[in-house]
Amino acid sequence: MSDDKARESAGAQFRKAEATAADPLSEIMELQMGPSHPACHGTIKFHLRLDGENIIACETEVGYLHRGFEKMCEQGTWNQAIPYTDRLNYASPLINNFIFCEAVERLCGIEVPERASYMRVLLSECARISDHLTCLGMGATELGAFTVGFYMNEARELLYNMSARVTGARVTVSYGRVGGLARDVPDDFADMIRAAIKRTNEVLRDSEKLLERNRIFTDRMVGIGLMSQEQALSFGLTGPLLRATGIAYDVRKAAPYMVYDRMDFEVPVGTKGDNFDRFAVRFEEIKQSIRIVEQCLAQMPGGPVIADNAAYVLPPKKDVYGSIEGLMNHFKIIVEGIRVPAGEIYFSGEAANGELGFYLVSDGSGRPYRVRVRPPCFYGMSALETMVKGYMIPDLAAIFGMVNMIGGECDR
Amino acid sequence: MEWLIGGIESLGVILVVLTLSALLLWVERKGSALVQNRVGANRASVLGIMPFNLGFMNTLMADPLKLFTKEDFVPANADRLGHALAPCIALFPAIVTFAAMPFGDSVSVAGRVINLQAVNLDVGLLYISALASMGVYGIVLAGWASNNRWALLGSIRGSAQMISYELAMGISLVSMILLYGTLDMQEMVRSQGKLLFGVLPAWGVFYQPVAFLILLTAGIAETKRVPFDLPECESELIAGYYTEYSGGKQACFMLSDFAEIVMVSGLVTTLFFGGWQVPYLDSNAGLSLPGMTPVALPGALITALQVGSFGVKVLFFCCLQILVRWTLPRFRYDQLMNLGWKKMMPIALLNMVATALVILLVEQGR
Amino acid sequence: MSPLAFYPLAFVCIASAMGVVLSRNPVRSALSLVASLFCLAVFYVFLQAHLVAALQIIVYAGAVMVLFLFVITLLNLESDRGLGEKPVLSAIGFGAGAIVAGGLIAALSRTSLGARAVTLVPTFGTTKVLARQLFGDYLVAFELTSMLLLVAVVGAVVLAKRDGSYEGDEQEAAVPARSEEASH
Repeated sequence: MSDDKARESAGAQFRKAEATAADPLSEIMELQMGPSHPACHGTIKFHLRLDGENIIACETEVGYLHRGFEKMCEQGTWNQAIPYTDRLNYASPLINNFIFCEAVERLCGIEVPERASYMRVLLSECARISDHLTCLGMGATELGAFTVGFYMNEARELLYNMSARVTGARVTVSYGRVGGLARDVPDDFADMIRAAIKRTNEVLRDSEKLLERNRIFTDRMVGIGLMSQEQALSFGLTGPLLRATGIAYDVRKAAPYMVYDRMDFEVPVGTKGDNFDRFAVRFEEIKQSIRIVEQCLAQMPGGPVIADNAAYVLPPKKDVYGSIEGLMNHFKIIVEGIRVPAGEIYFSGEAANGELGFYLVSDGSGRPYRVRVRPPCFYGMSALETMVKGYMIPDLAAIFGMVNMIGGECDR
Repeated sequence: MEWLIGGIESLGVILVVLTLSALLLWVERKGSALVQNRVGANRASVLGIMPFNLGFMNTLMADPLKLFTKEDFVPANADRLGHALAPCIALFPAIVTFAAMPFGDSVSVAGRVINLQAVNLDVGLLYISALASMGVYGIVLAGWASNNRWALLGSIRGSAQMISYELAMGISLVSMILLYGTLDMQEMVRSQGKLLFGVLPAWGVFYQPVAFLILLTAGIAETKRVPFDLPECESELIAGYYTEYSGGKQACFMLSDFAEIVMVSGLVTTLFFGGWQVPYLDSNAGLSLPGMTPVALPGALITALQVGSFGVKVLFFCCLQILVRWTLPRFRYDQLMNLGWKKMMPIALLNMVATALVILLVEQGR
Repeated sequence: MSPLAFYPLAFVCIASAMGVVLSRNPVRSALSLVASLFCLAVFYVFLQAHLVAALQIIVYAGAVMVLFLFVITLLNLESDRGLGEKPVLSAIGFGAGAIVAGGLIAALSRTSLGARAVTLVPTFGTTKVLARQLFGDYLVAFELTSMLLLVAVVGAVVLAKRDGSYEGDEQEAAVPARSEEASH
């Protein structure tokens, strides 16, 4: 008897506590999806109110991965904040590094050498390709197209291998420094990039054949998660989410930084703002990123990879161990941090998910006074509730996959 | 003596089905690895001796050993009897349907005619259809007995999907019954031994291609495999109706999954691809190519060839179903039900009516 | 049919039939009914009525009971509280049962129990013979029954269409199901 009563509680969960309707099949079911759920990659919780399987309301709860990035940056020096930026969008950490470094450099007024700029653009685009491959692969896997996911993982492995070779790590790269890059690239860098691009092109070709005109795939993606241009702008969306609705806003074209103004590439734009457009926009962006990478490889100049500025950049090791001035310089920069002039700046770049912005406030000492991140996918999360209303749970998995929320970036 | 022969055949069928299911698990793991450009399971070996890179040890020995020695937990407040009964109910129809499938012609051994079919039922096809519909209970019970909302959602989806696609499957079976004029599976296979236009073997697929496609699709939907695997898809329902199962009970569910694949392959082979018939090989006259005199062959060789042909065809369709799983994405639930009720069932019905009309006209014309 | 086969099967059949009535859990009750119907199908097989056995499983155990179980699990009905609550009702129940049992015993005592050896036509119970009877001699009854089934199906569809007077409907009206338009 007691186990029957206990089992009733499972059934009672199906009914609202204050249900008064006589028809039990008509009640609204409350369901919580996540934070540990295979579809909620990045730890997020959805409070769903369902009618059968139709979603009537969805309340997103973020913050499960909040680690206090902005506060932690205030505890260390400016260069010590760079490893923290790796952990923001951990699918494309190089982009975060470089945008942060660009912001600090503008505040300091440093000029970055040309080779470093080209290298930053090249590596940013590689990171963007890696991020988009992750998003598309995981999105396809959630729809059941496992093979596409595995193919994209394989191409991404080559990019990770390249990243490990150049920076020493696959994810926690910490490769940017204020003034340029941490170190120069090894000799087989260009070959590794070319091998990765070749494999990525093959993967894109195969995935296109498997998915583009696949009736099951288009039925699952076309017309799902519609978002209009006005809604997208009002939510503050940027990146592929905005471009899928038809607005061609890309920070690399609107306010070029590094050497993007010398690169010839297009900005793919969708038409309807549905899931299929988001998928297609990311797909095309991989191809455009490959174009940029090839142009960078062709135009790459030689030279130093870090600025020759004693106030903000560590001196080379032979000076540190060779001369007293180098030793003192090294000591001051490490212990006190680089003395960024007092002031504030907002600088943004195009990350894989949209406009990643850093608002930096410096009080003239070696430690940041305030570092604020504008995470692009956070605004996507607030827009998710509108995107998902009226669709079903499987659609939620598909839409969430295409929104590409990276927990580290959304929750900081 | 009849009992003994029937018993041996039944035991043989059960053993072969179980072995084939385990083998299909290996095909799935290594085959999917081939398709997805990766290596697959290759770690388990015995003192480094066995060919471990082929994955045999992993799938056929290490996996079952692991599954059956795992802790078997039943969630709190779950119905223990139901939890234990569900995998048995799911496995039982998948294996038992094989009793009615003929894997060879009647052979006469030592003056006694042995039918290479575990039991020769007059209503063979209906028996298979009946037991296939019993498989739904395992799903319903598994989800309900788990005391888990996600599992219940998966089991309700699964059972609704299964009973919807049973309809399309049944109607396409009816077209084949009309075509062959009998419910007896052995008779159906025998009548596919003729030659069409003197050249083509008179297999069911040439008469009824539409019914073949519908049966294959509905069969994949019955076994709940991709693209119809919404009841057990990982990204939404963790593992669907068998979320709360581990160890031996989960092994039973997986085994029933593969046994059903073998069942659908067996059904498609028997009805549409000639069963144990080898093209141009007659059971009595031997090798009879069109336009040539028959070449007599020893009876044992003919029987071996026929049984082997059945096995090859069944394996082919099993591999086809496994390949489909790794190629196509999955349907959403309402799209799945739309497909079953609004598209496949009317097509199957029209096919059946057209078949009936054609048969009527042909009979009248004769 | 040998007693060795009959008695265990009969025991299972009766036990599951009793399980339908005596079980407190509606799901267990439904499953016992399925077991009992399955046993009946096996009895039909023993009586050489193969087609009826297959139809019993396909229709009863495989379709009707699945829908029963569907509804029971979906609604998650409460378990029964047992007989102890209302002694008057249980007394009436036992009384009615005793009367029916007495009638059955009286009727059975008039016939002689024990199987008589009957030689059956080899085609007894086969599909062809049954079909000829059904569509030949009993055609009118068959057609009328199928009309009745059609009426029942149409009635079920009409009743199931909700006519908009429950609480979920307002929310549903505010949030039109967009996936419907999407998939067409």
